[in-house]
Amino acid sequence: MEVKKKLVALGRADVAIIGAGVVGCALARRLTLDGASVIVLEKAADVLDGASKGNSAILHTGFDAPSGSLEQDCIAQGYKEYLETCETLGLPVLRSGALVLAWSQEQLDELPKLIEKAHKNGVTDVSALTKSQILKREPYLSNNVVGGFEVPGEFLIDPWASAHAYLLQAMANGAVLYRDTEVVAGQYDGQQWRLETNAGSVCAAQIINCAGLYGDIVEQRLIGECPFTVTPRKGQFVVFDKSAAALASSIILPVPTKTTKGIVVCRTIFGNLLVGPTAENQESRTDSSTISDMLAHLREKGIEMIPNLEECEVTAAYAGLRPATEFQDYQIRRIEGKNYTCVGGIRSTGLSAALGIARHVAGLIAPDEFSFQAIEDPIIPAPDRLSNYHPRDWEEPDNGGIVCHCELVTRREIEQVLNGPLPPSTLQGLKRRTRVCMGRCQGFYCTGELVKLTAGRFNLPMGLGHDDQ
Amino acid sequence: MTTNNGGLPRKSDVAVVGGGTAGLALATKLKRLGVGSVIVLERENDAGGIPRHCGHYPFGIREYGRLLKGPDYARRNVEAAVDAGVDIKTEVTVTALHPDGRLSLTTPAGKAELQAERVVLCTGAREASRPQRFIGGDRPLGVLSTGALQSMTYLQGMRPFRRPVIIGSELVSFSAIDTCRHLGIRPVAMIEENDRILARRLVQPYLMMRGVALFTKVKNLRILGRRQVEAIEFIDAAGKQQSIEADGAIISGRFRPEAALLHLSHLEVDPGSGGPMIDQFGQCSDPSYYSAGNLLRPAETSGWCWQEGIETAKWIAEDLSRGQPAVVPSVRVQLVDRAIGFSVPQRLSISDRTGGMQKMQIGLNVPVKGYLEAISGGQSISNTWLNSRPVRRVQIRLAPIVQNCSKSPVELSIQRNK
Repeated sequence: MEVKKKLVALGRADVAIIGAGVVGCALARRLTLDGASVIVLEKAADVLDGASKGNSAILHTGFDAPSGSLEQDCIAQGYKEYLETCETLGLPVLRSGALVLAWSQEQLDELPKLIEKAHKNGVTDVSALTKSQILKREPYLSNNVVGGFEVPGEFLIDPWASAHAYLLQAMANGAVLYRDTEVVAGQYDGQQWRLETNAGSVCAAQIINCAGLYGDIVEQRLIGECPFTVTPRKGQFVVFDKSAAALASSIILPVPTKTTKGIVVCRTIFGNLLVGPTAENQESRTDSSTISDMLAHLREKGIEMIPNLEECEVTAAYAGLRPATEFQDYQIRRIEGKNYTCVGGIRSTGLSAALGIARHVAGLIAPDEFSFQAIEDPIIPAPDRLSNYHPRDWEEPDNGGIVCHCELVTRREIEQVLNGPLPPSTLQGLKRRTRVCMGRCQGFYCTGELVKLTAGRFNLPMGLGHDDQ
Repeated sequence: MTTNNGGLPRKSDVAVVGGGTAGLALATKLKRLGVGSVIVLERENDAGGIPRHCGHYPFGIREYGRLLKGPDYARRNVEAAVDAGVDIKTEVTVTALHPDGRLSLTTPAGKAELQAERVVLCTGAREASRPQRFIGGDRPLGVLSTGALQSMTYLQGMRPFRRPVIIGSELVSFSAIDTCRHLGIRPVAMIEENDRILARRLVQPYLMMRGVALFTKVKNLRILGRRQVEAIEFIDAAGKQQSIEADGAIISGRFRPEAALLHLSHLEVDPGSGGPMIDQFGQCSDPSYYSAGNLLRPAETSGWCWQEGIETAKWIAEDLSRGQPAVVPSVRVQLVDRAIGFSVPQRLSISDRTGGMQKMQIGLNVPVKGYLEAISGGQSISNTWLNSRPVRRVQIRLAPIVQNCSKSPVELSIQRNK
């Protein structure tokens, strides 16, 4: 449940989680199911407003993660649990597989090492493909491809519905979410933490810092110092319209370098095709602006790989920020004697690793002797059903009619989300939950209707007021 | 599939997809020509199309002999269609086009299907969105197309900002200024990436009178703002970095056909116009399908679309009277000069069928001064003097081309130094 009023006389929670990105949401679910009472504190007006806002929406196997790293372990565990739970949680998976492609002799020479690493990482179904095998599988690829290998287990998922489902399950089973609630200070008295926020104070036995792009700042506020510094890495993406999705059935991955996985071309589970991300280090933790030259460059890169993209419409462009640090691996550690756990530096693999990270952290904070009493029959909430490759609400009777024509979003879907347990407080939040305005017209057709449907619902309304005011 | 097919008939002689100006005019004319059943499938709550939220003049002179505002014009088009016996179904979305005139639909009651002898695609056009124009920056509230602005203000009576910047300088951009002023919104600037205003209009005094600053030939446009738009940044014609305080941005113009259905279908699409490949009768690559109105090319006026609907209706009625749709031989129109962005029609049917469009519509990529020449089988078959620019209306006579195209492709080129 979410509590709207000021945080007064809250009582004591077992765990307070700072930050409702995908990792915070997964942790809230894990600990709630394990039997802990959980409070989630989110600084922004809505959940998933930081690093989890924009990514490539791929469920990675971890085939190219640094072998033996915590990251690789969490991706492997997270991947496994995702596939075990997705059906129960009603989360769609598009089993597209991926091709890692070399476009030069230099890249071709790297492939054996990468295949070996994948096998070492336990992703044993990775195998080399010849140019002709690749072109047979992906006939729209440019003839300039020289070789590659397949990673059959790389899949496409809904990055927002997944995180929402984790949090919704936590909330349905007792967790409490506070939005617009920023932790400004905190003290540990040897028994419990008292966190001061802009909306009041919260007490908890344990706290977990999942503040993502602000992880180091939160740690400084609570512990006084932080061994890592977040250097936001911006990734810009260009999204092509649905007709482009027919041009690539696999996820097309580049040969990765040290700093980035490189530019990916892949479908989205929503039926589009995306090209990105760029990797640009910057100081600002909020600047997720796009740069027109870079968007044009991404489009060109996409056309280089798939020439027919030239004739496809671009429908959207966005940028996400990854909370990179000076360290290669995740910064997950517990400060003994302070009941404080930091989950930092979850850069670009957070979506794939979230459930694995949650398991790992649950093990850190509640080792066997302290473990909670797990909930026996947890409530399973209804997820957002937005996959273009699975049944949608518009196909069902009594859907109220279509409001967003590009993405076929029904009136019933919008009303359910607005009246649901995790209603959006911004247009962005409504877009993530329903896909309104996410399509090719970007609101040309449905803005008028949306203004009416969302009146009084957002803390920053779409309309400034009636024209007679 | 719902048992009662969502309240829709399962069969129709003609199904018109889209109840805007072209679709309604076409459907009305078909009924007046004696076609049996004509159904218009409109996805919005009300038929009428874009004019419904153009709360300004001038509409309807040619059609009704009087000056109307958009919503009144749209209402008249709907009334005329209903009076003629057209079956208008609203809140019906076509989700797929199948060969031979079969349509997948969805309604508030669920999925449905419709089989028509002929389907006419009249889905219109919309403005290019911000991402399509690669306008960078933040993604705050207050960035709208003219269409979104008008539907928000005219249909819902809400205003999204007070001091926006207008990006683009086509006719619709000026219509956006009028819409704003009507609501007490004061646009602060008009920004155009081209070296001059695109609309054919005496603009300097118009803008000055309204206190709207004009910037042409701008580069590196960026929209900035955390929650609501705060500023628009760009490099001006003199190469100077500019920042204009504004709380909104209207992304106007650069119309493109609303062709998503088409792109996902079996029909051939013309990348140049963004619409379907048609012949001089408006017939698509699948002869069960026709098209008219702004789906054919980036936007024309309502009056034009209305006329196009009427004309196309005649050809469809005649085609229906012949029975089953048939594929006839045709020749392609090839654009050999990059200055030419598109031609409508894109192919010419060679048969005993007479009539069809009298003019070929041409879209230019760059300003052109010269002769537009059509060559077929090595022979020059048409020569037309042009002095025009992108976005402007350009037409050449089609009859000499159709009559002389000698069954080999028609090449369009521009002779600049004659």
